[in-house]
Amino acid sequence: MVASANSTQSISITLRVWRQAGPKAPGKFVDYQSANLNPNMSFLEMLDVVNDELTLKGEEPIAFAHDCREGICGTCSCTINGKPHGPGKGVATCQVYMRAFRDGDVITVEPFRAEAFPIIKDLVVDRSAFDRIQQAGGFITARAGSAPEANALPVPKPDADLAMDAATCIGCGACVAACKNASAMLFVAAKVGHLGLLPQGQAERDKRVLAMVSTMDAEGFGNCTNQYECSAACPKLISHDFIARMNRDYLGATVRAAFKPESMASGGGA
Amino acid sequence: MNLVGSLFGSSIGRKILMAVTGVILIGFVVGHLVGNLQVFQHPDKLNGYAQFLHNLGPLLWVARIGLIVAVLVHIWAATALTLENNRARGSAYGVKHTIRATLASRAMRWTGLVVLVFLLYHLAHFTFGGVQAATFKASLAPHTMTADYSVAGFPVIKAGATVPDVHAMVVLGFQNTAVALFYIIAVGLLSLHLLHGIESLFQSLGLRSEKWSVLLRRAAAVFCLLYFLGNLAIPGAVLAGKLPPPAKAASAQR
Amino acid sequence: MATLDPKIPSGPLADKWRKHKTDIKLVNPANKRKYEIIVVGAGLAGSSAASSLADMGYKVKCFVFHDSPRRAHSIAAQGGINAAKNYQNDGDSVHRLFYDTLKGGDYRAREANVHRLAEVSVNIIDQCVAQGVPFAREYGGLLANRSFGGAQVSRTFYARGQTGQQLLLGAYSALSRTVGAGLVELHTHSEMLDLVIVGGHAKGVIIRHLVTGAITRHSADAVILATGGYGNVFNLSTYARQSNATAIWRAYKRGACMANPCYTQIHPTCIPVSGDYQSKLTLMSESLRNDGRIWAPKKKEDAKKAPADIPEADRDYFLERIYPSFGNLCPRDVASRAAKRMCDEGRGVGETGLGVYLDFSDAIKRLGEAGVRERYGNLFDIYHEITAESAYQQPMRIYPAVHYTMGGLWVDYNLMSNVPGLFVLGEANFSDHGANRLGASALMQGLADGYFVIPYTIGDYLAGQKPGARPSIDSAEFKAAADGLASATKRFLDTKGKQPVSHFHKRLGKIMWDHCGMARTKEGLEAALQKLPALREEFHATVNVPGSADTLNQSLEQAGRVADFIELGELLCRDALTREESCGGHFREEYQYPDGECKRDDEKFGHVAAWEFQGEGKAPLRNTEPLNYEFTKMSVRNYK
Repeated sequence: MVASANSTQSISITLRVWRQAGPKAPGKFVDYQSANLNPNMSFLEMLDVVNDELTLKGEEPIAFAHDCREGICGTCSCTINGKPHGPGKGVATCQVYMRAFRDGDVITVEPFRAEAFPIIKDLVVDRSAFDRIQQAGGFITARAGSAPEANALPVPKPDADLAMDAATCIGCGACVAACKNASAMLFVAAKVGHLGLLPQGQAERDKRVLAMVSTMDAEGFGNCTNQYECSAACPKLISHDFIARMNRDYLGATVRAAFKPESMASGGGA
Repeated sequence: MNLVGSLFGSSIGRKILMAVTGVILIGFVVGHLVGNLQVFQHPDKLNGYAQFLHNLGPLLWVARIGLIVAVLVHIWAATALTLENNRARGSAYGVKHTIRATLASRAMRWTGLVVLVFLLYHLAHFTFGGVQAATFKASLAPHTMTADYSVAGFPVIKAGATVPDVHAMVVLGFQNTAVALFYIIAVGLLSLHLLHGIESLFQSLGLRSEKWSVLLRRAAAVFCLLYFLGNLAIPGAVLAGKLPPPAKAASAQR
Repeated sequence: MATLDPKIPSGPLADKWRKHKTDIKLVNPANKRKYEIIVVGAGLAGSSAASSLADMGYKVKCFVFHDSPRRAHSIAAQGGINAAKNYQNDGDSVHRLFYDTLKGGDYRAREANVHRLAEVSVNIIDQCVAQGVPFAREYGGLLANRSFGGAQVSRTFYARGQTGQQLLLGAYSALSRTVGAGLVELHTHSEMLDLVIVGGHAKGVIIRHLVTGAITRHSADAVILATGGYGNVFNLSTYARQSNATAIWRAYKRGACMANPCYTQIHPTCIPVSGDYQSKLTLMSESLRNDGRIWAPKKKEDAKKAPADIPEADRDYFLERIYPSFGNLCPRDVASRAAKRMCDEGRGVGETGLGVYLDFSDAIKRLGEAGVRERYGNLFDIYHEITAESAYQQPMRIYPAVHYTMGGLWVDYNLMSNVPGLFVLGEANFSDHGANRLGASALMQGLADGYFVIPYTIGDYLAGQKPGARPSIDSAEFKAAADGLASATKRFLDTKGKQPVSHFHKRLGKIMWDHCGMARTKEGLEAALQKLPALREEFHATVNVPGSADTLNQSLEQAGRVADFIELGELLCRDALTREESCGGHFREEYQYPDGECKRDDEKFGHVAAWEFQGEGKAPLRNTEPLNYEFTKMSVRNYK
């Protein structure tokens, strides 16, 4: 594999791209030919080249989201040949290289599709719903200046490691794009799992899961049918175990919310 | 949100309802199968068992209502979730690609629908007599018990009692090849439904993890296979002629 | 001429910050909500500042050009964050971290600022842990540390190879909490295109919404820029593609001084360029230098051979040879220049001849492949993904790449620029790293500024401003700024030239890298100063920006940024030309010791150069702020 991958024999492809001028405009696939591509070129660099060619021809370049180009910022968001982030396992679109394709291939590029991710233009979608879910409860309240000494609270290494697994989420939305129900469970579960596994996260644990799930529902994401396409498409390969954990947390929090006594003075202080 | 509101009103709550009603229904179909397998014993067994259940009276109705509610909640949640899911997906991809979703998981909606149709037919067939009325238990000569039917050591139906001949109804019902085949296909699809359903309910209730997911998957597969074979056995045996219809009933039918 | 008063508090070094905190003015809690603060940028510095100020009661508006604050490029920092916790009992202290940072910066930073940074470093770790940042831990559950580039103690806290991501997500969660609570008004897809100055004070910004194209005016009592560095002036860098200098550049054009722009950091361990389509360089964490050995062939004729065909005796482990005590772990600038010298001598490897080997075969012998995989598996995977080569079987090829910019807008001890009311945090300012930044110090500075410095120091300015007295957005200054932008946008779209924006960015990058990269000369810089104005002219005359201004138009966004980069590049070269010495990330070939080390000129250049805009077409003014070393002796950096 390494030997063939090292080849610098250039390839030509047909790019079938979803073009949509704006959120309400109708979209359609448009074919572009792209020749003489170095297989060591990244997929996004190929789009750069196509865009420069389009610009010179007087056409509007293809809008696509990208930024860090090293798989960590979560901005890039193409569905390539039906798979969010394209071929390859555990990588984002920016980490796809042209050597993954063969000369003469037709490559279909679409935006991440979900009602909760409305298309802004071409391949760019609006993922602000994720921010709103985060704002609803994806945090541990700790004002600057109020923190206790860091080592005052030991965290068992297995818990810290598992929390880190969940925390690697880059918020790209591939889980939603891959799910036939456009469910955001993996995204939400990763945050609920990360914070819920840590002792610091216990105070707001119930409140967090209830608030985040309720916002997730209100944003119009679908439901989990336990097919695990999300975790297979996840560029950070976050496990759907976190969804099970969230389900359990949610059930526990719901039951506790129904039966746990509350202080009558919860209305605030003097 | 209160408990009921959370369970019925939220995505995860509905999944939990699916799982819990699923557990109830799995319990029912397993019990139902085990009871029905008595068809391979003397007709006293199945007929005594049927009469015993019948004699439970109000208790039977409690169970029936419980099951009806479970079925309704299961179907309601499935429908509500599906409608939401379709809405959430919105526009479809130009190129469809499945990474690892299993056939069973992708066919849930269809296997569920077939099972629902089957359930209605099954009720009409064996409980209410709406179809195949000629072989319905009410149309058949009653069965006279030749021995006591005991549950947990207590004789609940005495020898000599006359009870509806459920055994004959079953055997005669499956004389119709089309009906028998429909049963076999339906329980096959139900087994497929359960294959994903069992794994799924563990996940929805937060009890599954990758650490033992392979074991769970295999156990679910073995369970479903056994369930299917058990269900296949009854119409299969009738079709294969291993469960001949009682002579008098057969002649009555002719 | 700008007044550059650093406002360094008096007293002993270790007491300055404590004393300053008790001396500066406070804003009464009831008044805080009457002040509105604009924060531009939501990386480590911006997010932490916005959430902290909001928690204190100020009204905060936060603007980010990304679709979400979580995308800021702080997220890509791999290695770790330094803090003087001394958890390893290896003799670390606030003073040692201070001293290492100051020395690492080649004595071109302010003592007081650096000491404060070292002091608050310990609070940062506490804060992040409280927020749920999953730092690496030991089996006992306590925090783990590792040693990191240029330090002889283990003071680096890390979260796998994704420390920046975890710290940013921590800051993002704090920001999200305050947004959710209605304390911060968050504006995404919102790029700051101008700073508005009213009565000599920074009182607002002009924003273009990148999706709708709407240009809006926002007024405030103070403006904070936390918009990162300008490394993309080199086109190819480890920066994110969208990272840009527009906010700080336009602030510069409104009167804020740009300090030491020539201090640019080149990171030694990046994956070499593979072709002219290249859009980005990928960093391989410096931690690789803990176990990898860097070498180049001794003979030129071996450069094109497969590494396995070069016998041990013909390999030159040049860092170990030249710097025996630090070896492969010498500071970034030192290692980068050494690699460049090898390539200049014709001993560079790979197709382009721009690369040296980073070899793990000894580490594999010592630790086994599994051991190496455990430490660096994810980095080896990244390398394989990009190059399709296995670093287990053959050495990695690495080459230096632009990674960080130490220069930035000038700020005083309070992080306020020479324009009153304009504060600058994080990489966007020039303050703490001097001429070179040590590994794992960028994250520390961003969070220090946002969580623990600005919350105190902004009060000193605001206390002197009448609550609720901020100007109306209908005032003449706002109108003029917004109108200016609209016409600049129109010019871009109307040019309809024959080259895409990227063409100019590439050419700019080449000029900068060739003449103002790792090693600079008077001739080279003068040549660049000839080429850049011509490039600028050609850009404005022949650029092709398709599309319209009222929709998402990535070409238009990029056009504005590249226009600024070309101008900034010119200032960078000018600064590099004027600074006739070598120090840290600024290396002038004329000023070096015989062994190729930086030769500083403390007498003539022991100062900060803060450039002041004098108007289009006019040469900028070079102001200086002397660096007075009261407590430390400026000495020659020696990593041998």
